[in-house]
Amino acid sequence: MTPPVKAIGGVLADLTPGRERGNLGWLAEARFNALEWVGQHGFPSRKDEDWKYTRLDPILTVPFEASIAGSGSRTTAELINAASIDLGGVRLVFVNGHFAAQFSRLTELPAGALVTNLASVLATTPERLEPFFSHTPGGRRAFAAFNDAFAEDGAFIHLASGVTVAEPIQIVYFSDTEALPLMSSPRSVIIADSDSRATIIETYAGINNDIYFTNAVTEVVLAENAQIDHYKVQNEPVTAFHLALLEVRQGRNSRFSSHYVALGSSIARHEVRVLLAGAEAEVSLDGIYLPQGEQSHDNTIFIDHVATNCTSHQLYKGVLDGRGHGVFNGHIMVRHGADGSDAHQKNKNLILSDLAEIDTRPRLEIYTDDVKCTHGAAVGALDDEALLYLRTRGIPMAEARGLLVYAFVQEMVDRIELEPLRVQLEKLVADRFGKGDRSVKP
Amino acid sequence: MLKIKELRASIDNKEILRGVNLELKAGEVHAIMGPNGSGKSTLASVLIGRDGYELSGSVEYEGQDLLALSPEERAAAGVFLAFQHPVEIPGVGNAYFMRTALNSLRRHRGQEELDAVDFLSLAQERMKLVEMDPTFMNRSVNEGFSGGEKKRNEIWQMAILEPKFAILDETDSGLDIDALRIVASGVNALRSEGRAMLVITHHQRLLDFIVPDYVHVMAAGQIVRSGDKNLALELEETGYAGLTPSLAQVGVAL
Repeated sequence: MTPPVKAIGGVLADLTPGRERGNLGWLAEARFNALEWVGQHGFPSRKDEDWKYTRLDPILTVPFEASIAGSGSRTTAELINAASIDLGGVRLVFVNGHFAAQFSRLTELPAGALVTNLASVLATTPERLEPFFSHTPGGRRAFAAFNDAFAEDGAFIHLASGVTVAEPIQIVYFSDTEALPLMSSPRSVIIADSDSRATIIETYAGINNDIYFTNAVTEVVLAENAQIDHYKVQNEPVTAFHLALLEVRQGRNSRFSSHYVALGSSIARHEVRVLLAGAEAEVSLDGIYLPQGEQSHDNTIFIDHVATNCTSHQLYKGVLDGRGHGVFNGHIMVRHGADGSDAHQKNKNLILSDLAEIDTRPRLEIYTDDVKCTHGAAVGALDDEALLYLRTRGIPMAEARGLLVYAFVQEMVDRIELEPLRVQLEKLVADRFGKGDRSVKP
Repeated sequence: MLKIKELRASIDNKEILRGVNLELKAGEVHAIMGPNGSGKSTLASVLIGRDGYELSGSVEYEGQDLLALSPEERAAAGVFLAFQHPVEIPGVGNAYFMRTALNSLRRHRGQEELDAVDFLSLAQERMKLVEMDPTFMNRSVNEGFSGGEKKRNEIWQMAILEPKFAILDETDSGLDIDALRIVASGVNALRSEGRAMLVITHHQRLLDFIVPDYVHVMAAGQIVRSGDKNLALELEETGYAGLTPSLAQVGVAL
């Protein structure tokens, strides 16, 4: 076990990165630079525009330790399967951020498709990762830099030109930390060369009551005409913390779609940053967040329209119950010269309790005239009239509420094309809000 | 089946029902007529358990204190309201909604739940009663339905849930003559010895199609006259203005 370190907030002064041996000078340097940057700039606080709605103190004060390979003795195949349905294709499983070969399945893939774990790439062809670890941390954020410093493993996917992987590629980040508060820093790298195509699902889950911190970064680079359909299910236990950055760079005429479902964690933040660098690229971001109890779900989005004739769509829906707190902080930037941009952003929220809270902030920043942009946010409660109507037909109160909540999120679930995942989410959502009998399809 | 005694209902300190007395027996169809604002729809709302009213008096339904029950308990006991303005519920499929409702009632009554196949055949059969296209089964509840389609959908629900006591609130409003005929024939098909109905209407027209056993006239929160179906015809001729003497008795000027 690594020696205990201080709480993350106090760790910066005396942490020296660089467990790498041998020929990885650039990596040690990148890690050191990343930490140095965090040391100079510190972690964000509520004074930072993009972090003002989410409390970080609970994360910064727990004395987390960086996780090491081989930890997590309670993890079983059954637990993994319960946390994420097996879709039958390639499945990479990580426990506490480290590759767990015994739970993974590497089926045969088309020539030109590489799906493996990051540590093995670092061991064999580390130069492939240099561009990902060596961009200026200043251009990123403290937690992403922290991931730079600590990331040792994660998924690595490379699709060569023209390659299509038909079966969805599953990545499961499972945590099993027991009494020890661990921090895992998974890094997923997805490189889609021109005309390639794949569907990728990330699942984050763990064992109830474990206190841990997932600080994840997923990077996706799409070359010309590439298409990636990305799904992420965040179902960490409510004792865990989850901060994640999904960073996407899109080339000409590429397509990226993402469906994010936030169910778990005490404090979760999922930030998506998309750079539309090539003309005619399209991105579609969907999100559902369902905080209840004391949960907080922050959704921060930055879409950067740099090239001409790109399209971006965002649809995020939240259901807030108990003392749950949600954030939608969506920012669309249309740069000078990004003519023909088509950018749409919509956020809808359903508040079920007087104590729940939503901060919604759709933003458009436009520096060119030739654009089509819309944005909007809505916050509402359950329709009393609809509730009464259902009850007069004999449907008990709790079930009637469940039906109406389900109807609100149904649109998001229906947009998930991957059927097994849609069915799983239907169940997760129905379990949370109460359910009727869903076997007569609307 | 239903005994309403001295029922008073106020909302925001305004008294809307001012002592309603009414008794319905199984198998009977009663019509309540009256001018706008007379309290007809409030009576329906109170009977199905809408929140927000301050109530006094009593409503005994099959020996139970109806006012003490929640809306879903009233439904389970066999009370049904065909709403005047059925609400649209986007995202909830019509068939799914009705199956959930029917199975809730069946569970409550200790009956076995219907599976999807049995439910669908029942639902389709009952749609014929109101000449509804089966595609309405797959649409969201009332969403985008025309006025007439909404009213038919109410009667379809009634046909599936088979209540003992059904209230039809202005079921004729917004219907053209053909739609009215269809809805009324659906309602007539559901008349039975064990079932009582309370038909609320502003117009006598509906009562040509659904012929009541008794007609009551409501004004200013009270039932001011009762009679048989001929009372409706009389009203047709004299209008509600003909009720002035009765209204005077309750101290209300028209």
